[in-house]
Amino acid sequence: MATVYVPTPIRRLTGGQAKVDVAGANVADLIQAVDAAYPGVAERLLDDDGNLKRFINVFVNDDEIRTLDGLATPVGEKDKISIVPAMAGGSSNRTENRRE
Amino acid sequence: MSRLTRDQLIALARREINEIAPQELASQVDAGRYAIIDIRERDEFVQGHIPGAHFIPRGFLELQIEQHAPDRETPLVIYCAGGVRSALAARNLQEMGYSNVHSLISGFNGWKNAGYPFTVPAVLSEEQRIRYSRHTLLNEIGEAGQIKLLESKVLLIGAGGLGSPAAMYLAAAGVGTLGIVDFDTVDLSNLQRQLLHGNSDVGRPKVDSAIDRLHAINPDVEVIGYREPITSRNAREIIRDYDVVLNGSDNFPTRYLVNDACRLLGKPLVDASIFMFEGQVTVYQPPIPEQGIAGGPCYRCLYPDPPPPGEVPSCAEAGVLGVLPGIVGSLQAIEAIKLLAGFGEPLVGRLLMIDTLDMSFRTLNVARDPHCPVCGVTPTVTELIDYEQFCGLPASNGHVHEPVNGHVNGRVSVEA
Repeated sequence: MATVYVPTPIRRLTGGQAKVDVAGANVADLIQAVDAAYPGVAERLLDDDGNLKRFINVFVNDDEIRTLDGLATPVGEKDKISIVPAMAGGSSNRTENRRE
Repeated sequence: MSRLTRDQLIALARREINEIAPQELASQVDAGRYAIIDIRERDEFVQGHIPGAHFIPRGFLELQIEQHAPDRETPLVIYCAGGVRSALAARNLQEMGYSNVHSLISGFNGWKNAGYPFTVPAVLSEEQRIRYSRHTLLNEIGEAGQIKLLESKVLLIGAGGLGSPAAMYLAAAGVGTLGIVDFDTVDLSNLQRQLLHGNSDVGRPKVDSAIDRLHAINPDVEVIGYREPITSRNAREIIRDYDVVLNGSDNFPTRYLVNDACRLLGKPLVDASIFMFEGQVTVYQPPIPEQGIAGGPCYRCLYPDPPPPGEVPSCAEAGVLGVLPGIVGSLQAIEAIKLLAGFGEPLVGRLLMIDTLDMSFRTLNVARDPHCPVCGVTPTVTELIDYEQFCGLPASNGHVHEPVNGHVNGRVSVEA
Protein backbone atom coordinates (compact mmCIF):
# COMPACT_ATOMS: atom_id res chain seq x y z
CA MET A 1 0.00 0.00 0.00
CA ALA A 2 1.14 3.52 -0.73
CA THR A 3 1.47 6.08 2.06
CA VAL A 4 -0.44 9.31 1.80
CA TYR A 5 0.89 12.20 3.92
CA VAL A 6 -2.03 14.24 5.14
CA PRO A 7 -1.40 17.97 5.74
CA THR A 8 -2.40 19.49 9.07
CA PRO A 9 -5.50 21.37 7.81
CA ILE A 10 -7.05 18.09 6.61
CA ARG A 11 -6.10 15.96 9.59
CA ARG A 12 -9.29 16.73 11.40
CA LEU A 13 -10.96 14.61 8.71
CA THR A 14 -8.54 11.72 9.25
CA GLY A 15 -8.94 11.62 12.99
CA GLY A 16 -5.64 13.41 13.43
CA GLN A 17 -3.69 10.86 11.38
CA ALA A 18 -0.69 12.33 9.54
CA LYS A 19 -0.16 9.26 7.35
CA VAL A 20 -2.73 7.00 5.78
CA ASP A 21 -1.84 3.76 4.00
CA VAL A 22 -4.17 3.00 1.11
CA ALA A 23 -4.15 0.90 -2.06
CA GLY A 24 -4.72 2.20 -5.58
CA ALA A 25 -3.27 2.20 -9.07
CA ASN A 26 -2.90 5.95 -9.44
CA VAL A 27 -3.21 9.22 -7.53
CA ALA A 28 -6.94 9.59 -8.26
CA ASP A 29 -7.58 6.09 -6.90
CA LEU A 30 -5.66 6.86 -3.74
CA ILE A 31 -7.64 10.03 -3.09
CA GLN A 32 -10.88 8.08 -3.46
CA ALA A 33 -9.53 5.35 -1.18
CA VAL A 34 -8.65 7.90 1.50
CA ASP A 35 -12.07 9.48 1.04
CA ALA A 36 -13.76 6.11 1.47
CA ALA A 37 -12.00 5.70 4.82
CA TYR A 38 -12.34 9.33 5.84
CA PRO A 39 -15.27 10.95 4.05
CA GLY A 40 -14.79 14.58 3.04
CA VAL A 41 -11.15 14.38 2.05
CA ALA A 42 -11.83 14.25 -1.71
CA GLU A 43 -14.04 17.31 -1.49
CA ARG A 44 -11.17 19.24 0.11
CA LEU A 45 -8.78 18.30 -2.69
CA LEU A 46 -10.86 18.15 -5.88
CA ASP A 47 -13.11 20.67 -7.59
CA ASP A 48 -16.57 19.91 -9.01
CA ASP A 49 -15.02 18.62 -12.24
CA GLY A 50 -12.80 16.20 -10.36
CA ASN A 51 -9.62 18.21 -11.01
CA LEU A 52 -7.14 19.01 -8.30
CA LYS A 53 -7.90 22.40 -6.74
CA ARG A 54 -5.45 25.05 -7.88
CA PHE A 55 -4.19 25.85 -4.38
CA ILE A 56 -3.29 22.23 -3.64
CA ASN A 57 -0.27 20.33 -4.90
CA VAL A 58 0.20 16.59 -4.82
CA PHE A 59 3.61 14.95 -4.99
CA VAL A 60 4.46 11.34 -5.73
CA ASN A 61 7.65 10.84 -3.78
CA ASP A 62 9.66 14.02 -4.50
CA ASP A 63 7.90 15.17 -7.66
CA GLU A 64 4.77 17.16 -8.25
CA ILE A 65 2.15 15.30 -10.28
CA ARG A 66 1.78 18.25 -12.68
CA THR A 67 5.26 17.29 -13.94
CA LEU A 68 4.16 13.65 -14.13
CA ASP A 69 0.74 12.46 -15.35
CA GLY A 70 -1.47 14.50 -13.05
CA LEU A 71 -4.11 12.52 -11.16
CA ALA A 72 -3.45 9.61 -13.52
CA THR A 73 0.14 9.32 -12.27
CA PRO A 74 0.65 5.65 -11.40
CA VAL A 75 1.65 4.80 -7.86
CA GLY A 76 3.43 1.76 -6.54
CA GLU A 77 3.33 -0.09 -3.26
CA LYS A 78 6.13 1.84 -1.63
CA ASP A 79 5.41 5.30 -3.01
CA LYS A 80 4.88 8.27 -0.75
CA ILE A 81 2.19 10.74 -1.71
CA SER A 82 2.29 14.22 -0.20
CA ILE A 83 -0.61 16.63 -0.24
CA VAL A 84 0.60 20.22 0.06
CA PRO A 85 -2.01 22.95 0.35
CA ALA A 86 -1.29 26.69 0.22
CA MET A 87 -0.82 28.04 3.73
CA ALA A 88 -0.87 31.74 4.48
CA GLY A 89 0.49 32.00 8.05
CA GLY A 90 2.59 33.92 9.41
CA SER A 91 1.30 33.67 12.84
CA SER A 92 -1.34 36.30 12.90
CA ASN A 93 -3.89 36.60 15.59
CA ARG A 94 -6.38 38.21 13.34
CA THR A 95 -6.15 37.56 9.62
CA GLU A 96 -9.44 35.88 9.06
CA ASN A 97 -11.45 38.21 11.19
CA ARG A 98 -10.15 41.42 9.71
CA ARG A 99 -13.12 41.61 7.40
CA GLU A 100 -15.78 40.97 9.95
CA MET B 1 76.98 27.02 6.73
CA SER B 2 77.62 30.15 4.71
CA ARG B 3 76.81 33.53 6.16
CA LEU B 4 74.99 35.98 3.95
CA THR B 5 74.33 39.65 4.47
CA ARG B 6 70.87 40.95 3.83
CA ASP B 7 71.92 42.29 0.40
CA GLN B 8 73.61 39.04 -0.53
CA LEU B 9 70.51 37.07 0.39
CA ILE B 10 68.31 39.33 -1.71
CA ALA B 11 70.71 39.08 -4.64
CA LEU B 12 70.75 35.30 -4.30
CA ALA B 13 66.98 35.15 -4.30
CA ARG B 14 66.75 37.32 -7.39
CA ARG B 15 69.14 35.06 -9.26
CA GLU B 16 67.15 31.98 -8.42
CA ILE B 17 63.65 33.20 -9.20
CA ASN B 18 61.76 34.70 -12.09
CA GLU B 19 60.69 38.31 -11.99
CA ILE B 20 57.95 39.96 -13.96
CA ALA B 21 57.67 43.62 -14.96
CA PRO B 22 54.52 45.60 -14.20
CA GLN B 23 53.87 46.13 -17.94
CA GLU B 24 53.91 42.43 -18.60
CA LEU B 25 51.63 41.63 -15.68
CA ALA B 26 49.27 44.42 -16.71
CA SER B 27 48.89 42.90 -20.16
CA GLN B 28 47.95 39.56 -18.58
CA VAL B 29 45.70 40.67 -15.72
CA ASP B 30 42.48 40.62 -17.71
CA ALA B 31 43.23 37.23 -19.21
CA GLY B 32 43.51 35.87 -15.67
CA ARG B 33 46.66 33.98 -16.63
CA TYR B 34 48.27 34.44 -13.21
CA ALA B 35 47.00 33.93 -9.73
CA ILE B 36 48.19 37.14 -8.06
CA ILE B 37 49.04 37.14 -4.37
CA ASP B 38 49.61 40.22 -2.28
CA ILE B 39 51.99 39.31 0.54
CA ARG B 40 52.15 42.70 2.25
CA GLU B 41 50.79 43.40 5.71
CA ARG B 42 47.11 43.99 6.17
CA ASP B 43 47.44 47.74 6.68
CA GLU B 44 49.27 48.00 3.35
CA PHE B 45 46.76 45.81 1.50
CA VAL B 46 43.76 47.83 2.62
CA GLN B 47 45.28 51.04 1.20
CA GLY B 48 44.97 49.52 -2.25
CA HIS B 49 45.95 46.39 -4.16
CA ILE B 50 46.16 45.01 -7.70
CA PRO B 51 42.65 44.05 -8.88
CA GLY B 52 41.94 40.39 -8.28
CA ALA B 53 44.91 39.91 -5.99
CA HIS B 54 44.51 37.49 -3.13
CA PHE B 55 45.75 38.64 0.26
CA ILE B 56 48.09 36.29 2.15
CA PRO B 57 50.47 38.19 4.41
CA ARG B 58 54.14 37.16 4.13
CA GLY B 59 54.13 35.53 7.54
CA PHE B 60 51.40 33.07 6.47
CA LEU B 61 52.37 32.57 2.84
CA GLU B 62 54.01 29.16 3.09
CA LEU B 63 51.36 28.00 5.53
CA GLN B 64 48.36 28.99 3.42
CA ILE B 65 49.54 28.86 -0.19
CA GLU B 66 48.43 25.27 -0.72
CA GLN B 67 44.82 26.18 0.08
CA HIS B 68 44.84 28.81 -2.65
CA ALA B 69 47.05 27.09 -5.20
CA PRO B 70 46.88 23.35 -4.65
CA ASP B 71 48.41 22.78 -8.10
CA ARG B 72 52.18 23.33 -7.99
CA GLU B 73 52.15 24.28 -11.71
CA THR B 74 49.81 27.25 -11.16
CA PRO B 75 51.34 30.40 -12.67
CA LEU B 76 51.75 32.70 -9.66
CA VAL B 77 52.72 36.33 -9.32
CA ILE B 78 53.50 37.49 -5.83
CA TYR B 79 54.12 41.07 -4.92
CA CYS B 80 54.99 43.25 -1.97
CA ALA B 81 55.54 47.01 -1.80
CA GLY B 82 58.88 47.22 -3.64
CA GLY B 83 59.82 43.76 -4.88
CA VAL B 84 62.20 42.63 -2.11
CA ARG B 85 59.97 40.69 0.25
CA SER B 86 58.32 39.03 -2.73
CA ALA B 87 61.69 37.93 -4.14
CA LEU B 88 62.51 36.18 -0.86
CA ALA B 89 59.03 34.70 -0.66
CA ALA B 90 59.15 33.44 -4.26
CA ARG B 91 62.33 31.56 -3.48
CA ASN B 92 60.60 29.76 -0.62
CA LEU B 93 57.63 28.85 -2.81
CA GLN B 94 60.02 27.41 -5.37
CA GLU B 95 61.48 25.32 -2.62
CA MET B 96 57.97 24.03 -1.93
CA GLY B 97 57.78 22.90 -5.54
CA TYR B 98 55.92 25.79 -7.15
CA SER B 99 57.53 25.82 -10.55
CA ASN B 100 55.97 28.90 -12.10
CA VAL B 101 56.40 31.67 -9.54
CA HIS B 102 57.15 35.27 -10.42
CA SER B 103 58.00 38.19 -8.20
CA LEU B 104 56.68 41.55 -9.37
CA ILE B 105 59.55 43.92 -10.07
CA SER B 106 59.21 47.10 -7.97
CA GLY B 107 56.08 45.70 -6.33
CA PHE B 108 52.81 47.51 -5.78
CA ASN B 109 54.55 50.90 -5.72
CA GLY B 110 55.94 50.32 -9.19
CA TRP B 111 52.55 49.12 -10.40
CA LYS B 112 50.77 52.13 -9.00
CA ASN B 113 53.40 54.63 -10.22
CA ALA B 114 53.14 53.20 -13.73
CA GLY B 115 49.49 54.23 -13.66
CA TYR B 116 47.93 50.76 -13.64
CA PRO B 117 44.56 50.34 -11.93
CA PHE B 118 44.27 49.28 -8.32
CA THR B 119 41.42 48.51 -5.97
CA VAL B 120 40.89 49.94 -2.53
CA PRO B 121 39.03 47.17 -0.71
CA ALA B 122 36.19 47.60 1.71
CA VAL B 123 37.51 46.15 4.94
CA LEU B 124 36.13 45.26 8.30
CA SER B 125 36.89 47.54 11.21
CA GLU B 126 38.71 46.07 14.20
CA GLU B 127 35.44 45.67 16.05
CA GLN B 128 33.76 44.06 13.06
CA ARG B 129 36.63 41.60 12.66
CA ILE B 130 35.92 40.37 16.17
CA ARG B 131 32.13 40.54 15.92
CA TYR B 132 32.01 38.53 12.70
CA SER B 133 35.05 36.33 13.33
CA ARG B 134 32.97 33.13 13.40
CA HIS B 135 31.69 34.01 9.94
CA THR B 136 35.01 35.04 8.46
CA LEU B 137 36.53 31.75 9.62
CA LEU B 138 34.16 29.95 7.26
CA ASN B 139 35.68 29.64 3.81
CA GLU B 140 32.19 30.00 2.32
CA ILE B 141 31.87 33.49 3.81
CA GLY B 142 35.30 34.86 4.69
CA GLU B 143 35.99 38.56 4.96
CA ALA B 144 34.73 39.19 1.42
CA GLY B 145 31.43 37.47 2.13
CA GLN B 146 31.00 39.37 5.37
CA ILE B 147 31.59 42.64 3.55
CA LYS B 148 28.94 41.59 1.02
CA LEU B 149 26.49 41.01 3.89
CA LEU B 150 27.31 44.42 5.36
CA GLU B 151 26.58 46.00 1.99
CA SER B 152 23.34 44.02 1.53
CA LYS B 153 19.74 45.02 2.05
CA VAL B 154 16.97 42.64 3.06
CA LEU B 155 13.29 43.51 3.27
CA LEU B 156 11.11 41.64 5.74
CA ILE B 157 7.38 41.55 5.14
CA GLY B 158 6.03 41.37 8.67
CA ALA B 159 7.69 41.74 12.07
CA GLY B 160 5.79 38.83 13.60
CA GLY B 161 6.42 35.14 14.13
CA LEU B 162 8.58 34.53 11.06
CA GLY B 163 9.98 38.03 10.81
CA SER B 164 11.21 38.03 14.43
CA PRO B 165 13.86 35.30 14.28
CA ALA B 166 14.72 36.15 10.67
CA ALA B 167 15.34 39.82 11.47
CA MET B 168 17.26 39.06 14.66
CA TYR B 169 19.61 36.58 12.99
CA LEU B 170 20.08 38.78 9.93
CA ALA B 171 20.92 41.72 12.19
CA ALA B 172 23.35 39.61 14.20
CA ALA B 173 24.88 38.37 10.93
CA GLY B 174 25.61 41.94 9.93
CA VAL B 175 23.25 42.36 6.99
CA GLY B 176 23.77 46.09 6.58
CA THR B 177 20.22 47.26 5.99
CA LEU B 178 17.00 45.64 7.16
CA GLY B 179 13.66 47.01 6.02
CA ILE B 180 10.60 45.95 7.99
CA VAL B 181 7.06 46.42 6.72
CA ASP B 182 4.43 46.14 9.42
CA PHE B 183 1.64 48.52 10.32
CA ASP B 184 0.48 46.62 13.37
CA THR B 185 1.00 47.21 17.08
CA VAL B 186 2.24 44.65 19.59
CA ASP B 187 -0.49 42.58 21.20
CA LEU B 188 -0.12 40.45 24.33
CA SER B 189 -1.01 37.33 22.31
CA ASN B 190 2.00 37.97 19.99
CA LEU B 191 4.56 37.44 22.74
CA GLN B 192 4.19 33.63 22.75
CA ARG B 193 6.27 33.56 19.54
CA GLN B 194 7.27 37.02 18.29
CA LEU B 195 10.63 37.51 19.99
CA LEU B 196 11.27 40.94 18.54
CA HIS B 197 8.79 42.30 21.03
CA GLY B 198 8.74 42.17 24.79
CA ASN B 199 6.24 42.69 27.54
CA SER B 200 6.92 46.39 27.77
CA ASP B 201 6.26 46.79 24.03
CA VAL B 202 2.57 45.86 24.18
CA GLY B 203 0.66 48.60 22.41
CA ARG B 204 3.73 49.98 20.64
CA PRO B 205 4.07 49.91 16.85
CA LYS B 206 5.87 46.70 15.92
CA VAL B 207 8.35 48.52 13.71
CA ASP B 208 9.41 50.60 16.73
CA SER B 209 10.04 47.67 19.05
CA ALA B 210 11.73 45.83 16.16
CA ILE B 211 14.13 48.71 15.56
CA ASP B 212 15.01 48.88 19.27
CA ARG B 213 15.59 45.15 19.54
CA LEU B 214 17.68 44.90 16.38
CA HIS B 215 19.86 47.86 17.32
CA ALA B 216 20.43 46.28 20.71
CA ILE B 217 21.71 43.15 18.95
CA ASN B 218 23.89 44.97 16.43
CA PRO B 219 24.27 48.73 16.15
CA ASP B 220 26.02 48.25 12.75
CA VAL B 221 22.69 47.53 11.12
CA GLU B 222 20.47 50.21 9.68
CA VAL B 223 16.83 49.34 10.26
CA ILE B 224 14.16 51.04 8.21
CA GLY B 225 10.59 50.68 9.42
CA TYR B 226 7.62 50.99 7.10
CA ARG B 227 4.62 51.44 9.33
CA GLU B 228 2.13 51.01 6.55
CA PRO B 229 0.39 48.17 4.75
CA ILE B 230 2.17 46.95 1.62
CA THR B 231 -0.17 47.57 -1.29
CA SER B 232 -0.19 47.47 -5.07
CA ARG B 233 0.56 51.20 -4.95
CA ASN B 234 3.68 51.15 -2.76
CA ALA B 235 5.08 47.61 -3.20
CA ARG B 236 7.39 48.35 -6.13
CA GLU B 237 8.66 51.52 -4.51
CA ILE B 238 9.50 49.74 -1.25
CA ILE B 239 10.91 46.50 -2.70
CA ARG B 240 13.00 48.16 -5.41
CA ASP B 241 15.84 49.15 -3.05
CA TYR B 242 16.40 45.69 -1.58
CA ASP B 243 18.50 42.69 -2.65
CA VAL B 244 16.36 39.94 -1.11
CA VAL B 245 12.81 39.88 0.27
CA LEU B 246 11.66 37.62 3.13
CA ASN B 247 7.97 36.93 3.24
CA GLY B 248 6.45 36.39 6.65
CA SER B 249 2.98 37.62 5.88
CA ASP B 250 -0.14 35.98 7.18
CA ASN B 251 -2.60 36.27 4.34
CA PHE B 252 -3.05 35.31 0.72
CA PRO B 253 -3.49 38.76 -0.87
CA THR B 254 -0.11 39.87 0.52
CA ARG B 255 1.55 36.62 -0.59
CA TYR B 256 0.39 37.07 -4.19
CA LEU B 257 1.23 40.78 -4.12
CA VAL B 258 4.77 40.26 -2.81
CA ASN B 259 5.36 37.37 -5.24
CA ASP B 260 4.24 39.39 -8.24
CA ALA B 261 6.18 42.51 -7.22
CA CYS B 262 9.37 40.49 -6.63
CA ARG B 263 9.02 38.70 -9.99
CA LEU B 264 8.40 41.93 -11.87
CA LEU B 265 11.42 43.55 -10.17
CA GLY B 266 13.64 40.45 -10.48
CA LYS B 267 14.14 40.11 -6.70
CA PRO B 268 14.65 36.75 -4.99
CA LEU B 269 11.90 35.99 -2.48
CA VAL B 270 12.47 33.72 0.51
CA ASP B 271 8.99 32.52 1.26
CA ALA B 272 7.67 30.61 4.24
CA SER B 273 4.40 29.86 5.91
CA ILE B 274 3.40 28.04 9.05
CA PHE B 275 0.29 26.35 10.38
CA MET B 276 -0.12 24.71 13.78
CA PHE B 277 2.93 22.37 13.82
CA GLU B 278 3.81 22.51 10.14
CA GLY B 279 5.93 24.79 8.01
CA GLN B 280 6.86 25.32 4.37
CA VAL B 281 9.96 27.12 3.11
CA THR B 282 11.13 27.80 -0.43
CA VAL B 283 12.99 30.39 -2.50
CA TYR B 284 11.34 31.99 -5.50
CA GLN B 285 14.31 33.08 -7.63
CA PRO B 286 13.55 34.97 -10.84
CA PRO B 287 15.85 34.10 -13.75
CA ILE B 288 18.69 36.59 -14.27
CA PRO B 289 20.42 35.34 -17.45
CA GLU B 290 23.15 38.00 -17.43
CA GLN B 291 24.30 36.68 -14.04
CA GLY B 292 23.93 33.06 -15.10
CA ILE B 293 20.98 32.55 -12.72
CA ALA B 294 18.48 30.13 -14.25
CA GLY B 295 15.85 30.83 -11.60
CA GLY B 296 12.93 28.67 -10.56
CA PRO B 297 9.20 28.70 -10.02
CA CYS B 298 7.24 31.49 -8.34
CA TYR B 299 4.39 31.34 -5.84
CA ARG B 300 1.84 31.33 -8.65
CA CYS B 301 3.54 28.34 -10.33
CA LEU B 302 2.79 26.38 -7.16
CA TYR B 303 -0.53 27.91 -6.29
CA PRO B 304 -2.16 29.43 -9.39
CA ASP B 305 -5.29 30.42 -7.47
CA PRO B 306 -5.84 31.23 -3.81
CA PRO B 307 -8.25 29.17 -1.75
CA PRO B 308 -11.68 30.72 -1.35
CA PRO B 309 -11.90 32.89 1.79
CA GLY B 310 -12.54 30.75 4.85
CA GLU B 311 -11.50 27.44 3.27
CA VAL B 312 -8.08 27.47 4.87
CA PRO B 313 -8.16 28.18 8.59
CA SER B 314 -5.70 30.74 9.96
CA CYS B 315 -3.28 30.38 12.83
CA ALA B 316 -5.61 32.68 14.74
CA GLU B 317 -8.31 30.05 14.46
CA ALA B 318 -6.22 26.91 14.64
CA GLY B 319 -3.27 28.03 16.76
CA VAL B 320 0.44 27.69 16.18
CA LEU B 321 3.24 26.25 18.27
CA GLY B 322 5.27 29.27 19.37
CA VAL B 323 8.66 27.71 18.58
CA LEU B 324 7.63 26.77 15.03
CA PRO B 325 8.11 30.23 13.50
CA GLY B 326 11.44 30.32 15.33
CA ILE B 327 12.65 27.38 13.25
CA VAL B 328 11.04 28.40 10.00
CA GLY B 329 12.03 32.08 10.20
CA SER B 330 15.60 31.06 11.03
CA LEU B 331 15.66 28.86 7.93
CA GLN B 332 14.55 31.88 5.92
CA ALA B 333 17.46 33.86 7.37
CA ILE B 334 19.89 31.12 6.31
CA GLU B 335 18.52 31.12 2.78
CA ALA B 336 18.80 34.93 2.60
CA ILE B 337 22.43 34.84 3.77
CA LYS B 338 23.26 32.12 1.22
CA LEU B 339 21.75 34.21 -1.56
CA LEU B 340 23.53 37.38 -0.44
CA ALA B 341 26.98 35.89 0.15
CA GLY B 342 26.65 33.48 -2.78
CA PHE B 343 27.35 30.08 -1.29
CA GLY B 344 25.56 26.77 -0.95
CA GLU B 345 22.46 25.69 -2.79
CA PRO B 346 19.41 27.82 -2.13
CA LEU B 347 15.96 26.22 -1.94
CA VAL B 348 15.17 27.21 -5.52
CA GLY B 349 12.76 24.78 -7.16
CA ARG B 350 12.53 22.86 -3.89
CA LEU B 351 9.89 23.10 -1.21
CA LEU B 352 10.97 22.19 2.30
CA MET B 353 8.11 20.68 4.29
CA ILE B 354 8.55 20.57 8.03
CA ASP B 355 6.26 18.63 10.33
CA THR B 356 7.34 19.13 13.90
CA LEU B 357 4.88 16.54 15.23
CA ASP B 358 6.94 13.65 13.86
CA MET B 359 9.91 16.01 13.28
CA SER B 360 10.20 15.17 9.61
CA PHE B 361 11.90 17.45 7.10
CA ARG B 362 11.13 16.58 3.49
CA THR B 363 12.24 18.39 0.35
CA LEU B 364 9.91 18.21 -2.64
CA ASN B 365 10.75 19.32 -6.18
CA VAL B 366 8.68 22.13 -7.61
CA ALA B 367 8.83 23.20 -11.23
CA ARG B 368 8.08 26.35 -13.17
CA ASP B 369 4.67 26.38 -14.79
CA PRO B 370 4.89 27.38 -18.47
CA HIS B 371 1.32 28.66 -18.12
CA CYS B 372 2.12 30.81 -15.07
CA PRO B 373 0.42 34.19 -15.48
CA VAL B 374 3.48 36.00 -14.05
CA CYS B 375 6.57 34.03 -15.07
CA GLY B 376 5.23 31.71 -17.77
CA VAL B 377 5.83 31.79 -21.50
CA THR B 378 3.11 34.36 -22.18
CA PRO B 379 2.55 36.30 -18.97
CA THR B 380 -0.84 37.95 -18.51
CA VAL B 381 -0.02 39.70 -15.23
CA THR B 382 2.52 42.38 -16.13
CA GLU B 383 1.66 44.90 -13.44
CA LEU B 384 0.33 44.71 -9.91
CA ILE B 385 -3.39 44.03 -9.64
CA ASP B 386 -6.04 44.25 -6.93
CA TYR B 387 -5.09 41.31 -4.73
CA GLU B 388 -8.06 41.53 -2.40
CA GLN B 389 -10.33 41.03 -5.37
CA PHE B 390 -8.10 38.27 -6.75
CA CYS B 391 -8.45 36.44 -3.44
CA GLY B 392 -12.22 36.76 -3.45
CA LEU B 393 -12.33 39.52 -0.89
CA PRO B 394 -14.13 42.84 -1.43
CA ALA B 395 -12.08 44.83 -3.93
CA SER B 396 -9.82 47.59 -2.81
CA ASN B 397 -11.01 50.72 -4.57
CA GLY B 398 -8.00 52.79 -3.71
CA HIS B 399 -9.66 54.61 -0.85
CA VAL B 400 -8.51 54.24 2.69
CA HIS B 401 -11.46 52.91 4.60
CA GLU B 402 -12.28 53.55 8.18
CA PRO B 403 -10.85 50.90 10.46
CA VAL B 404 -13.37 48.16 11.12
CA ASN B 405 -13.01 46.24 14.36
CA GLY B 406 -9.70 47.96 14.82
CA HIS B 407 -8.41 46.73 11.47
CA VAL B 408 -7.95 48.64 8.28
CA ASN B 409 -10.46 47.44 5.75
CA GLY B 410 -9.94 47.28 2.02
CA ARG B 411 -6.18 47.04 2.25
CA VAL B 412 -3.71 44.25 2.29
CA SER B 413 -2.47 43.72 5.79
CA VAL B 414 0.83 42.38 6.93
CA GLU B 415 1.56 40.52 10.06
CA ALA B 416 3.23 37.27 10.73
